[in-house]
Amino acid sequence: MKKMITMAAILAVTPLAWAADDALYTDFKAMMDASFRTKGIVDKYRMYQLDFQKACSQDKDPSAKVMQAIEAEQLKTIRYPADGQYFGDWKQGEKIATSGKGLTWKDKTPHNNGGGCYNCHQMSHHEIAYGTIGTSLLEYGKQRGNSEEVVKYTWGKIYNAKAFNACSRMPRNGDAEILTEQQMKHVMAYLFDPNSPVNKK
Amino acid sequence: MRNRTAQFVMAAGMIALNVTTWSPSALADAATDEIAKYREMLADGNPSELVAAQGEELWKVKRGPKKATLEQCDLGLGPGVIKGASAQLPRYFKDTGRVQDLETRLMTCVETLQGIDTKELNKTKWGTGEMEKMEALVAYIVTESKGHKINVDMRPAQMKKMYELGKMAFFYRGGAMDFSCATCHGQPDKRIRLQDLPDLREHKGAAAGWGSWPAYRVSNGQFWTMQHRLNDCYRQQRFPEPIYGSDVTIALSVYLAANGNGGPVLTPGLKR
Repeated sequence: MKKMITMAAILAVTPLAWAADDALYTDFKAMMDASFRTKGIVDKYRMYQLDFQKACSQDKDPSAKVMQAIEAEQLKTIRYPADGQYFGDWKQGEKIATSGKGLTWKDKTPHNNGGGCYNCHQMSHHEIAYGTIGTSLLEYGKQRGNSEEVVKYTWGKIYNAKAFNACSRMPRNGDAEILTEQQMKHVMAYLFDPNSPVNKK
Repeated sequence: MRNRTAQFVMAAGMIALNVTTWSPSALADAATDEIAKYREMLADGNPSELVAAQGEELWKVKRGPKKATLEQCDLGLGPGVIKGASAQLPRYFKDTGRVQDLETRLMTCVETLQGIDTKELNKTKWGTGEMEKMEALVAYIVTESKGHKINVDMRPAQMKKMYELGKMAFFYRGGAMDFSCATCHGQPDKRIRLQDLPDLREHKGAAAGWGSWPAYRVSNGQFWTMQHRLNDCYRQQRFPEPIYGSDVTIALSVYLAANGNGGPVLTPGLKR
């Protein structure tokens, strides 16, 4: 229900930027609607777009105005830890960062997902099989410190990357319920703990 | 064949051994090199040959209620012409009034010539029943385009429209992780883990991708058709399942093939 309200809010506020001609787009929607079906845990409705997904569905980003409107809306979705505790166990964080599992139609449950961080980011001194779609996070805490500002920004970025870059390629780990609050705390520890291999050689 | 399997295992072992000592970029290069070596070793004996041989038999055997072969199937170059046919697919077909890829065109032939109902195909598991037969036919047909150039005819208005629809599908973000095809394949020189990602918006990447599928996958010992390839892309995108032969798969195929037009056809490919 919370999700539905959030979606409605986005619908009301975000201006749409769809450049393609209306008739073609009508055909496109019909094609997409006829081409997909529910399988396993992935319901068909998942292919219908949220407004920001739609605005970010072209080769080029939408206008700065549209991007800012999306970011403002997405920022409202971020929930900071109620207990004020941002850090879990970096060792568990490493497992979450390493696992790319979850939310495909082959997965049995929508829970216990991986963060898939290594698919796109370099992180530790040891893990060498990292992707390059995202920026390197090597020595993340060591280089940035652990001021409240940095910690809160990092939490927010993990929770909903679209709050900081409307069309970011990074999933909304918290907002889209990919990771739990506890899992995000573990990933935070992995990034910031001085003993984590992200920071320690 | 046994000898080749042994070489496979050796090559895989070489990759594994190197993991501990090499830097990431060197490791990625080494992995790529070793796969290139596999391909060399198998230049005269891609395991797809076995699948293709089954396909050739299926092409020539009388099957279905009409007890007919597929030898009069028109894949776009006239009844029975196989040589180079898949290099020119997808294509707009006047007789069906649709743009069809190889698999949907084969479905048409199986239905019209042999009278076999293909409606069940989209409920059939990969590698089983009629789907296994479809895969074998695909392996046979695409082998006959090896060495040709990707050459899809983009003149018909229907093809131009499919291209535009395919482009829209390529950039369409959705699902639990907000991914589109472009999230991974929309910029140059990126990788996931150690896997290089072709930029499918551009000629070079699209030619490399489109031109080397369908392919035999060494990691799981399966022959994958293009429909299977696209299906697994959408799975990893966290989308619901694209229906077998649905228009989104055809539209994306047109987008990729047209972007890769003029590039070499290496099918059946050999993949990790």
